[in-house]
Amino acid sequence: MKSGLTLGIETSCDETAAAIVKDGTEVISNVVLSQIDIHQKYGGVVPEIASRHHIEAIFPVINEALDKANVSLEDIEVIAVAYGPGLVGSLLVGVAAAKSLAFATQKPIVGVNHIEGHIYANFLDGQSVTPPLVCLTVSGGHTDLLLIPRLGEYEIIGRTRDDAAGEAFDKVARVLGLPYPGGPQIEKLALEGNKGAIHFPRGLQEHGNFDFSFSGLKTAALNYLNQAKQKDEMVDLPDFAASFQWAIIDILTEKLMAAAEKYGVNQVVLSGGVAANSTFRNYVQKCVDERGLELLYPPVHFCTDNAAMIASAGYFRYNAGYRSDYSLNAVANLRLGDK
Amino acid sequence: MFKLNSSSFEQTIEAGVKLGKLLLPGDLLNLNGDLGAGKTLFVKGVGMGLGVEQDFITSPTFAIINEYEGGSHPLYHFDLYRLETELELEQIGYLDYFYGDGITAVEWGNLFEEFLPEERLDITLESMGLDARDITFTGKGKRGKMLEEKMRGLF
Repeated sequence: MKSGLTLGIETSCDETAAAIVKDGTEVISNVVLSQIDIHQKYGGVVPEIASRHHIEAIFPVINEALDKANVSLEDIEVIAVAYGPGLVGSLLVGVAAAKSLAFATQKPIVGVNHIEGHIYANFLDGQSVTPPLVCLTVSGGHTDLLLIPRLGEYEIIGRTRDDAAGEAFDKVARVLGLPYPGGPQIEKLALEGNKGAIHFPRGLQEHGNFDFSFSGLKTAALNYLNQAKQKDEMVDLPDFAASFQWAIIDILTEKLMAAAEKYGVNQVVLSGGVAANSTFRNYVQKCVDERGLELLYPPVHFCTDNAAMIASAGYFRYNAGYRSDYSLNAVANLRLGDK
Repeated sequence: MFKLNSSSFEQTIEAGVKLGKLLLPGDLLNLNGDLGAGKTLFVKGVGMGLGVEQDFITSPTFAIINEYEGGSHPLYHFDLYRLETELELEQIGYLDYFYGDGITAVEWGNLFEEFLPEERLDITLESMGLDARDITFTGKGKRGKMLEEKMRGLF
């Protein structure tokens, strides 16, 4: 059936999501059930708990996506599912659901790399994606810098060597007694603070190296809080939050711009949960403007995990002739380019 | 008990490398110390000692377990920081790892001390200022004590 309708399924972490997207760009329905309330008390996602909640939620979420789009399974042309990277128990739920639907309806199925999905989130806003481009994906579990020479091809040019950027936010926020996820809380505090108040170290700052390190920054921030506590001094929380956030934004942006220059790209793409941080976005926008480049980022509601981006990426892969079969399996540490 | 004074990031990694070269399948390391004390850094060294590519060894906080292949033996890297109940520990399948045939490094192992094997090496990292760390090795059981002695002999 040539309906152009893709059913996307996404369960790689703590969101159970399904979406119907037409022609890879037009979002007909987009349902995201977040487990964030459940995981808040743990200060993060606990894999087995996530997996159990996915099992309960997956078919109601898929049915809701179909209902909202006012289509039936029969109208769907292709089923796309995120099969990695992520938490293996969570991924398995989406992959098993997609395979059983594909088998029952005899529709084609396409496995999608979750990180690749984040890049395609930009298509959902009607933006034109024109490689070569560099894409920075930043979240609680990832800090990946990718070069996309042409659509469908990827090269990882940098990644974190220790903690993910979002993890540094979450851990420091937890020590400050702020709720999970930590990024938005620190951004809120930082609005009233002076980012130059405290100088925190930047990891791997040497030129030409696109890998990241946030462990040293995390340690320096925690040391700062401990020392203040020992001396019985009050910490100016807004200044602390602004300076800590700035250290992360500064190094992310510096490497992103250096990569954009080295590879001579036209476009710079931001994706992942941390791309929803507006202080970060605004600063990258300023740096991109200065260099005459174009910045793309998905609208805020497509920055976090969703299935519309999986449907979009899956549709374009399907059109490029790519198909998965029933041997498709969840791959926790899937890398871009892996088949 | 053997206490090592590391004055730098590099010395902390190097201590991990030396320990990694001594480890055999079935060995378990129980690492404790505050956030930022260098537990993941030390495990990076252990992995390097086993021949795992160092850039693959990253914080397991998000995933709870990272598994690294490619070294002389598989390395299972746990972080129990976010787990709260015994049930959660059981559900991540800890028995298969702790008593399996790879090498296991457990960050925040003391949170679930009664579930750790009796044969193990306890490692505590304590911050002594900016990059300086006191690293304490305490062997438990015959194999644990042997590892402690071997580490003492290397410094």
